Amino acid sequence: MKYTGNVIKYGDNVDTDVIIPARYLNSSDPKELAAHCMEDLDSTFASRVEPGTIIAAGLNFGCGSSREHAPIAIKASGVSLVIAKSFARIFYRNAINIGLAIVECPEAAQAIQEGHRVEADMDSGIIRDLTTGQEFSAEPFPEFVQRIIENGGLIQSIANGQIR
Amino acid sequence: MGMTMTQKILAAHAGLDSVQAGQLILAELDLVLGNDITSPVAIKEFAKLGKDSVFDKDKVTMVMDHFAPNKDIKAAEQCKMCREFCGEKEITHFYDVGEMGIEHALLPEKGLVTAGDVVIGADSHTCTYGALGAFSTGVGSTDMACGMAVGKAWFKVPSAIKVELTGSLKPYVSGKDVILHLIGRIGVDGALYRSLEFSGEGLSSLTVADRLCIANMAIEAGAKNGIFAVDQAALDYLRAHGAREPRVYSADPDAQYDEVVQIDLSQIEPTVAFPHLPENARTFSQIGDVKINQVVIGSCTNGRLEDLQAAAEILKGRKCAKGVRVIIIPATQQVYLDAMEQGLLKIFIESGAVVSTPTCGPCLGGHMGILAQGERAVTTTNRNFVGRMGHPTSEVYLASPATAAASALTGRITSPWEVMEK
Repeated sequence: MKYTGNVIKYGDNVDTDVIIPARYLNSSDPKELAAHCMEDLDSTFASRVEPGTIIAAGLNFGCGSSREHAPIAIKASGVSLVIAKSFARIFYRNAINIGLAIVECPEAAQAIQEGHRVEADMDSGIIRDLTTGQEFSAEPFPEFVQRIIENGGLIQSIANGQIR
Repeated sequence: MGMTMTQKILAAHAGLDSVQAGQLILAELDLVLGNDITSPVAIKEFAKLGKDSVFDKDKVTMVMDHFAPNKDIKAAEQCKMCREFCGEKEITHFYDVGEMGIEHALLPEKGLVTAGDVVIGADSHTCTYGALGAFSTGVGSTDMACGMAVGKAWFKVPSAIKVELTGSLKPYVSGKDVILHLIGRIGVDGALYRSLEFSGEGLSSLTVADRLCIANMAIEAGAKNGIFAVDQAALDYLRAHGAREPRVYSADPDAQYDEVVQIDLSQIEPTVAFPHLPENARTFSQIGDVKINQVVIGSCTNGRLEDLQAAAEILKGRKCAKGVRVIIIPATQQVYLDAMEQGLLKIFIESGAVVSTPTCGPCLGGHMGILAQGERAVTTTNRNFVGRMGHPTSEVYLASPATAAASALTGRITSPWEVMEK
């Protein structure tokens, strides 16, 4: 699976409280959550995000709460992929489970800048910064994890008979 | 090769003689937990699996604690969805207003977790039960749904950091100061993907309440779980609360650790984590005059009876500073009742504090104490992220119940040593 999009860049320790503040957790509707995604960190996110946007971030992305609303909000915003130096473990698991593509690649997360156009091939783990021509190599997910993401998450994969 | 405590528990639940760090395993679950925020998402996912019943109605629990008593219509609808699901599936341990408490204070109190268990909860602070020798970790709603359906979850076996405790705590210093100190040393991702395993001769000086507080915040160092060696104090606690028969696992003498962190408890001072990360830990020589607007004493981290006793000792016969709103939240109905019988509520109310029904409320900026623009709070909760307790420009300072109570009296961040020496 390939993802192409323009990059929105953030720093280290982007926590789930800024990804989706708890005051909006009285809903689990993806559209409603997407409307408030990132608003305490970056009030311009909702107006800048577009279908395919790629987030590049630093260490420990998604730290804090276990709220699955966080990857749901990011995915429903139109983001196709999150590249980070590292992910907090619950977010990492939740992203796969709900079918949000993520990849750990410290070099790419460091080098890629705001507004760059990036293409990522999740089968090979090759990430290309189309703006600078730089290429990075990440460890690709095992095939079963890729299938979970492509099927839109764990439950959907089970429903589709991809996982038994 | 030797195994850590966590590895032994996971091996036993996967039906394996041994496991090693990095191995993927499928483990049997002893308990699956959700709350009123995470369960509705799990219930919707569960419905897509087409299962008529949960894997074991005694091993699934839901606690209505985050936005309960319902803060608004949407929150009410979420609790209603949980209530109806638990009714339909005949879930034994459903805790609604009147019986509920903050989940991670409630479950140990009700004896629902025991040493040697594997517990998943759709709440990041599920790591609390490691204090009692369980492997216990936070997951999302999809994992909760699958856990409810099949009673199993996959895990990558974690490596571990060993935290070796020596000495004993000084007066007015507690488990909260220890965990803030540790996070300050290793950072908010210092234990990412790994276990924090606590042991050493200093362990015996820590109360079970201190251990629950320390394990609770293992996630704030990025840990998969925090776990304590099981001693007589832990076994006594489990027995007193009617928990299932404990299965005690000890780390092998030759267990592999990524690193060993030594903490001399006698050197720990009252510690405060400054905004906006729990790793911004400071002791009072590094804290100037920081005026505050609010104090919160409660939460899954510090809402136990021992925490309220520590606050009451400092507030007794004194008045909270004018202009500071002091909100005290017993974590469970039992804690509330015990605090009442011990006269703590009277001390709080006479000092000028308010006492609320159990709820997570203000900790996550839900209700019952939201901060306005630019306001500051000293709280005994667990996170001080941007906007955590209200407006994105408000500030949260994490501290122990003793430090929070001392700060309530002065209206600025204050060491309990300063107040109690007078």
